[in-house]
Amino acid sequence: MTLLYTILSLSISGIVAAVILYLIAQQFKIDEDPRIDEVENELPLANCGACGYPGCRNFAEAIVKANSLEEFYCPVGGNECMAAVSRVMKLEHAKKDPMIAVVRCNGTLSNCKKTSHYDGAKTCTIETLTYSGDSDCSFGCIGLGECVDSCPFDAMYMDPKTGLPVIIEEKCTSCGNCVKACPRNIIEIRKKGPKSRRVWVSCVNKEKGGVARKSCLVACIGCGKCVNVCPFDAITLENNLAYIDFEKCKLCRKCVPVCPTKAIHECHFPPRKKPENKIDHNAKVTT
Amino acid sequence: MRDSTINSKTFTIGGVHPDDHKLSADQPIKDMPLPETVYLHTGQHIGAPAKPVVEKGQTVKVGDLIAQSSGFISASIHSSVSGRVEKIDQVADVTGHKRQTIIIRVEGDEWNSQIDRSDKLKGSIDLKAKEIIERINNAGITGLGGAAFPSYVKLMVPDGKKAEFLTINAAECEPYLTADHRLMLEKGKELIIGIEILLKALNIDHALVGIENNKVDAIETLQSFIGKNKRIQIIPLKTLYPQGGERQLVKALVDREIPPPPKGLPIDVGCVVFNIGTVYAVYEAVQKNKPLVERIITVTGKTIKNPSNFKVRIGTPISKLIEAAGGMPKNTGKVISGGPMMGKALNSIDIPVTKGMSGLLLLPDSESTRKPVLNCIRCGKCVTKCPLGLEPYLIMALTEHGYFERAHAEKILNCCECGCCTYICPANRPLLDYIRLGKTTVNKILREKEKK
Repeated sequence: MTLLYTILSLSISGIVAAVILYLIAQQFKIDEDPRIDEVENELPLANCGACGYPGCRNFAEAIVKANSLEEFYCPVGGNECMAAVSRVMKLEHAKKDPMIAVVRCNGTLSNCKKTSHYDGAKTCTIETLTYSGDSDCSFGCIGLGECVDSCPFDAMYMDPKTGLPVIIEEKCTSCGNCVKACPRNIIEIRKKGPKSRRVWVSCVNKEKGGVARKSCLVACIGCGKCVNVCPFDAITLENNLAYIDFEKCKLCRKCVPVCPTKAIHECHFPPRKKPENKIDHNAKVTT
Repeated sequence: MRDSTINSKTFTIGGVHPDDHKLSADQPIKDMPLPETVYLHTGQHIGAPAKPVVEKGQTVKVGDLIAQSSGFISASIHSSVSGRVEKIDQVADVTGHKRQTIIIRVEGDEWNSQIDRSDKLKGSIDLKAKEIIERINNAGITGLGGAAFPSYVKLMVPDGKKAEFLTINAAECEPYLTADHRLMLEKGKELIIGIEILLKALNIDHALVGIENNKVDAIETLQSFIGKNKRIQIIPLKTLYPQGGERQLVKALVDREIPPPPKGLPIDVGCVVFNIGTVYAVYEAVQKNKPLVERIITVTGKTIKNPSNFKVRIGTPISKLIEAAGGMPKNTGKVISGGPMMGKALNSIDIPVTKGMSGLLLLPDSESTRKPVLNCIRCGKCVTKCPLGLEPYLIMALTEHGYFERAHAEKILNCCECGCCTYICPANRPLLDYIRLGKTTVNKILREKEKK
């Protein structure tokens, strides 16, 4: 009998508890749009914050809430990911060119000599707060690797030979965490370009030419030669510093050889044979 | 040194006592020869930088206004030499960053005719309170202790607040520095008049001068000049760093606690704090009509040949000071502007002397590098030594891991950056480095919140 009572009483209390729980669950039920889960499944789930939301789930919620794909873009997943999301949402999505992080400093240990020894806490932000830095250039890379620590995709490392961060192109998702981490705003998100070809000014020094050159061999001295040679008005000179607008740049590469300090960098281009003829031809085609 | 004052006052929590090393204490103040060129930053003080009112090629005399203060918290800059304005350019300051600077090439030594250059003591104070404040403002006087806060602002007591005490910081709690000590020994009479001027400007009649008890001769000298004057009281303080911090000083002298920053100021508890060096500048400005064009700087260090106290024209490159003190020793590892506790290591010796620079310290290689950082062993020494009762180890950890809101809740903004925690840490942890980072970030977050 005892056994029967036990089974019965426990079963009854279990059923009562289940009913109460069911009723409470019904009362406080939250209707969640199933599309949130579907959208979230299409996202890279890196929770890097590149979209402007704290995580992928929040991004998915925001999309479903807005019921529109305008102003929503996941730079990590790129167009493919957004196409998948647009299939779920049955909406048009914005197409964007693939981007990549670019380090705009070439102040390697040999180009930019150290003039003092920094002995404090080993982070870039603290060194920037403390003084102008251990070289004469108060704009360039400090080299303590806060950007590398901030990268959620392991797409960066510090090169011990140069003392500068290197971006691994295959891994970089242009999430922009390194841009936020760098206290000197050296890293920029630029267009990846066709076949990863791109041209950029690898310097952020705003000093006058002489001072900049004294502190670093490959500094932009603001001479303006690149501005004059550019057929597309893509280069602007402000505060003794040239900047190439990647939207306007047609990758003609005319500016690269004219730079007297080799501050303008190009990558993934085929080697030049007859640079001048080739550039002229290109220029005619596009203008 | 003799310890004649057993009942020295002090603040109640924390504090450290590094070795004094007052090497230049018996060196009389010497006039520094004029440099060839002076570099005068327009932003030598806290607040808005002054606006230049001279042009390239213009000739100026000593004491001529060359940059006008711009705004309430700002200070004018006067030429410290006579000569021609070479150019207005960007020159590195203590931090190594470039600042707007007026560069003057020295030609002779001609003074503005309104300045009384005689050594004669002028005791009677003829000006009214308002005129005194006006004159201090026009003379471009800032606090000479280090922070360089425009002095006249402190004398303008805001409505609803009442000044009761003038507290004079003559503690000189930083090791090595002796500029204030020498000033008290050599210019005691002037200092007493300076204090009387400030009392008149504030319309109160109680001044307290706090002097650490390792400067017994200074205490005796000033006491002998005061005589039976009951308005001024010399109070010996215990030799304990940071005795000269305004919170610690007010606590020690009048036993009141200034409310926490950012809003708490000494005036909230009826005190106005001045550095003793500033008092001398006030005397010269009010009685002799002399703007702030020179200051006293200690050049010291264990390895330097002649540790000395110099009276220097503001804007002189510090390399000249080192030269005058016997040249740079071979094994110098660090040159510090200020004292060893709160001073700033320099990355160039071409930077000029500013209003807030109280000393120049040369440390040998062996003393200038930090030891390897070890793990926190939770000994709590930083907590017991923090003069503000904070928990530096915790605040550092919070900042390191980006918990800035929690750091704010742990009163990170109360930190006065005295460096006691980093000094005492047996694991050589860079506590203050991280706390500074945290303070900057928390302030940034608060500003952004305010905007919203």
